[in-house]
Amino acid sequence: MIVRVVLPAHLRTLARVDGEVKVDLEGPATQRAVLDALETAYPMLRGTIRDQETKRRRAFLRFFACEEDLSNESPDAPLPEAVARGAEPLLVIGAMAGG
Amino acid sequence: MSSVRVLVGTRKGAFILTADGKRQHWDVSGPHFGGWEIYHLKGSPADPNRLYASQSSSWFGQVIQRSSDGGKTWEAVGNQFAYDGRTGTHLWYDGTQRPWEFARVWHLEPTRNDPDTVYAGIQDAALFRTTDGGKSWQELPGLRNHPSAPAWQPGAGGMCLHTILLDPSHAGRIYIAISAAGVFRSDDAGTTWRPMNRGLRSEQIPDPTAEVGHCVHRIAMHPSRPNVLFMQKHWDVMRSDDAGETWKDVGGNLPTDFGFPIDVHAHEPETIYVVPIKSDSEHYLPDGKLRVYRSRTGGHEWEALTRGLPQSHCYVNVLRDAMAVDSLEPCGVYFGTTGGQVYASADAGDSWAPIVRDLPSVVSVEVQSLP
Repeated sequence: MIVRVVLPAHLRTLARVDGEVKVDLEGPATQRAVLDALETAYPMLRGTIRDQETKRRRAFLRFFACEEDLSNESPDAPLPEAVARGAEPLLVIGAMAGG
Repeated sequence: MSSVRVLVGTRKGAFILTADGKRQHWDVSGPHFGGWEIYHLKGSPADPNRLYASQSSSWFGQVIQRSSDGGKTWEAVGNQFAYDGRTGTHLWYDGTQRPWEFARVWHLEPTRNDPDTVYAGIQDAALFRTTDGGKSWQELPGLRNHPSAPAWQPGAGGMCLHTILLDPSHAGRIYIAISAAGVFRSDDAGTTWRPMNRGLRSEQIPDPTAEVGHCVHRIAMHPSRPNVLFMQKHWDVMRSDDAGETWKDVGGNLPTDFGFPIDVHAHEPETIYVVPIKSDSEHYLPDGKLRVYRSRTGGHEWEALTRGLPQSHCYVNVLRDAMAVDSLEPCGVYFGTTGGQVYASADAGDSWAPIVRDLPSVVSVEVQSLP
C-alpha cells in the first residue's frame, strides 16, 4: 500500500523533495512502518524525526492525520484507515516553539 | 594568486565568504542550511575542498553535512553519535547525577593528513571520530570514562566539548577542552586522558584549584610550538609552556579577562588575540567598544585594536569558536559577533573592516588559506 507523508519544510529541503512523499508498505500501516520506509528511502532523515537508537519521536515533532493528533499513539498502532489507503496523508509537524 | 575562504556558522544557517589574497573585496554565499543552527564548519587541511558542517535544530536534531567542492554542494552524511558502552552519569545543575545524553556537535576537527578522518566534540561532553568521511562516527570512550567524569557539570551553555587541538609534532597527542570540566590531554590517540588544569583558579567552584571543574572557554596553540598553549577561561587568560602541565595567568593589563575566543598569529607564536567581555553575567563588550586585544609578548602586555571597529554603543559578544587566523602574509584575523557582523583584518589586527554586517548571530568562524 502507498502511504502519503507530508514533511515539514526543513526536512523536505534536507531530503531534497518537493511536496508530499509516498512510501510503499508491505505490512500494516503503522507509524513505525511508515518511518522505517521513509528512512530507508531517505537515509538523511534518520535521527531527524525519531531517535536513531530508542526510536522515540523527537520532542518537538508531532504526527497528525485526519484531524487527529497521533503523536502519543503507540508506534505499532494502526494508522487511520484513510491514511492506510492513501486518501489522507500522515502529517509530520514541527511544534510551535523556538525562534 | 592566493585566496581565502571564511566559513561562518550562525544561528540560522551557514555562510561562505571568499576573497583574493588582498582580502578587500568579498563574495558572500549563503545562507546554506537556512533556518538551522550551524555550530561549526571546518575544512580539511589535507583537501581544502573537503568541508564538514555541524547542522542542528531543536526540532530535528543533528545533521552532519559534507562538501567535496569547497561548499558549492553538500551531502548529509552520518549523524548517529552513540556513546560507546555504559553511558554513565555526570553532575547536573541541581546536584543530582544525570545520564549522558547527546545534544549536538559543537566542533569538528579534520585531521592534518586525511580528509576522511575527523574528530567531533559533542554535548554532553565526549569525543568522537570518523575515518570514513563522516559516514559513521565512533566514540573514543576513554575520555568520558575518566574517573573524574561523574563530577563534570555543564556550564550555562551545556556540557560541551568545544575545543580539539591535534598536536602536529607529537603523534597521538590530543588536547580537548570541556565546559565546565577543563582541559584534558591524551598522548595515545585518545585512549587515555589526563586532566591538565594545574594552575587554574576558579572562584565559582568549591575548591578553586580543583583538578577538574573549570569552565575553560577556549584553548589555542601555534603549530610550530605545540608545547605552548593559550587559554581563555571563564575568567582569566592563561598560558602553559609545558604542554598543559601547568598554567599561569597572563591577563596583565586587559580591561577584563573574561571572554570566549583566543587565537594565535599564524607567523608569530607569541602574538595572541582575545576579545574581552564585560563579565560572566554581562555577555557584552565593556564600555560599548568593540576592541580586540593583541599581545605580542605571549600575554601580560596587551594593546587594544580599534581601527575600523565600532567604539560606541556596541554590545555584542564574540563566541568561543568565532575567531580565526589565515596563513597569508600579513596574517589575516577574522571574528564574528552575536550581532551578525563578521570583521576581517588583513594586517594582523592593525585595522579592521566588516565583511558582512547583518547575518544571524554568529556562532563560529573558520578560515582557509587557499593557493
